Amino acid sequence: MIMQDTQEPGKVAVLGAGHVGSVVARLAVNAGYPVDIAASGDPGHIALITELVIPGARPRWAADAVQGAGLVVLAIPLHRFGDLDPGLLDGRLVVDAMNYWPASDGSLEQFEPGGSSEIVARTLAGSTVVKALNHIGYHDLEDWARPEGAPDRMAAGVAGDDPGAVTAVADFIDRIGYDPVRLESLRAGRLLQPGTAVFGTVLASGQFEQAIRRSPALAQTRNLP
Amino acid sequence: MTYTFGLDTFGDRNDDADGKPQSHAQSIRNVVEEGVLAEHAGLEFFGIGEHHTTYMPMPAGDVALAAIAARTQKIRLGSAVTVLGSDDPVRVFQRYSTLDAISSGRAEVILGRGSSVDSFPLFGYDLADYEQLFDEKATLFAELMKGGPVTWAGRTRAPLAGQDVVPHVEDGPFPVWIGVGGNPESVVRAARLGFGLALAIIGGRPARFAPYSQLFQRALEKFGHPPLPVLLHSPGHVAATDEQAKEEFWPRYRDIMTIMGPERGFPAPAKSRFDWEAGPDGALFVGSPPTVARKIAATLPLLRATRFDLKYGMPGMTHDQNMASIELFGTQVAPLARELLGEARSLALEMK
Repeated sequence: MIMQDTQEPGKVAVLGAGHVGSVVARLAVNAGYPVDIAASGDPGHIALITELVIPGARPRWAADAVQGAGLVVLAIPLHRFGDLDPGLLDGRLVVDAMNYWPASDGSLEQFEPGGSSEIVARTLAGSTVVKALNHIGYHDLEDWARPEGAPDRMAAGVAGDDPGAVTAVADFIDRIGYDPVRLESLRAGRLLQPGTAVFGTVLASGQFEQAIRRSPALAQTRNLP
Repeated sequence: MTYTFGLDTFGDRNDDADGKPQSHAQSIRNVVEEGVLAEHAGLEFFGIGEHHTTYMPMPAGDVALAAIAARTQKIRLGSAVTVLGSDDPVRVFQRYSTLDAISSGRAEVILGRGSSVDSFPLFGYDLADYEQLFDEKATLFAELMKGGPVTWAGRTRAPLAGQDVVPHVEDGPFPVWIGVGGNPESVVRAARLGFGLALAIIGGRPARFAPYSQLFQRALEKFGHPPLPVLLHSPGHVAATDEQAKEEFWPRYRDIMTIMGPERGFPAPAKSRFDWEAGPDGALFVGSPPTVARKIAATLPLLRATRFDLKYGMPGMTHDQNMASIELFGTQVAPLARELLGEARSLALEMK
């Protein structure tokens, strides 16, 4: 279902030009991807931000950004997710980098309790959703990106139900500077959420895998709801 | 180029020498003494950040600033930050223009969210509305700062029609800044409103904020404002030696991050991470006077910042530790950093 050309990295669309979106876009540009970035509304509003903070990326309307994108990174505040037209992302591979984080963004009933990416995936019924890039703080995400083989390279989790989609996102994670660690399902992506051992920190892949394996919630993510 | 050196506090609750927490009241009185010492140590700004927790019991920093104003002559006094989204811009203007009156024109305001969001549930605001609340209220605040009657309508407070808001400021508007974490959209907003840019860098490499400063100046041009200053706010602690500074700061830093962790979903910080943050590349300004001065002198030019505000103290540190840190920061760090910044500039000129 997901077309992935492993030779030429396909276009990446980043939705959101805030803390996280601007960092992910910059990492993707540095990794050689063509990158379109969109905020809510007129790309003119983020033209200056793009030019100075994400040089090399192109500011676009969201609909134009996702057109032809091999990967769409959702980096908007979760409480704005409801404003997004799911149809816009039909047929797309979507990386959900958002978090349900009541301490910072307030309570959202529809995301309580459970896995925020599972709810995102149900809403984006026409898309393939993979959870990634949500668990490393935006400043760490930039500071710790390293080329493949670097001795101090850190890990980033990738959780999804579609193995091909997980592979494609793992490849993206690898190219932007992290060792991808695959989790067994989108539901297992709950182990990457706020409050877990890996959230808000950076760990090398050995430590990261161990933290996931030792997570008391692991067994729970294997039971069907 | 002139550089400004200041201090910020969040009203952190102090422990006494035996490690027993002091009362909220005593901790607030300690802050007033620290503000007075800041002036004697030669510093130019003292800021108090709004917080609403038992370990940072400082919801009404402007009252403490007024007490400091009554006992000082030169030091500028301001918020760092005022959580405008859960406040009323008219009242914020009134409190700080009152402070401006008491201090004969020494008030400043830094508007922002800080990393503390406790005021939202406390005052009945929904964090999900944060963006709209802040944007509308900051826009109204910019109107209030122009002086004269204000006409305004929005969704976050009652409209104003030709309203004269008192007290009037004596010598024109006092400085207003917007505190920004890592969001480029907030940088553009500060420029649109014509406020200074306060970069709050509390983790990671400060150098990565260099493009934000450039974005700020370009955005000011775009909105037709004159160039405005950039300040850097970062946490730290100064003691006689690097070892002493780290020994005093680290356990308290670890403790507060461990308390706040579960509230925010973060694990406790690792010592190795702290050592990196306190090293030359990180965001913590912890060490002896030369160490901290060198780090400031290396960082400000990267960010094209002309002011450094050290957020001193941590909950659980003693008042004496804070007083010693302030004394060293004012009498040793600031002069040495100025000297180094001057040297850096003349070197750059020679190379032209």
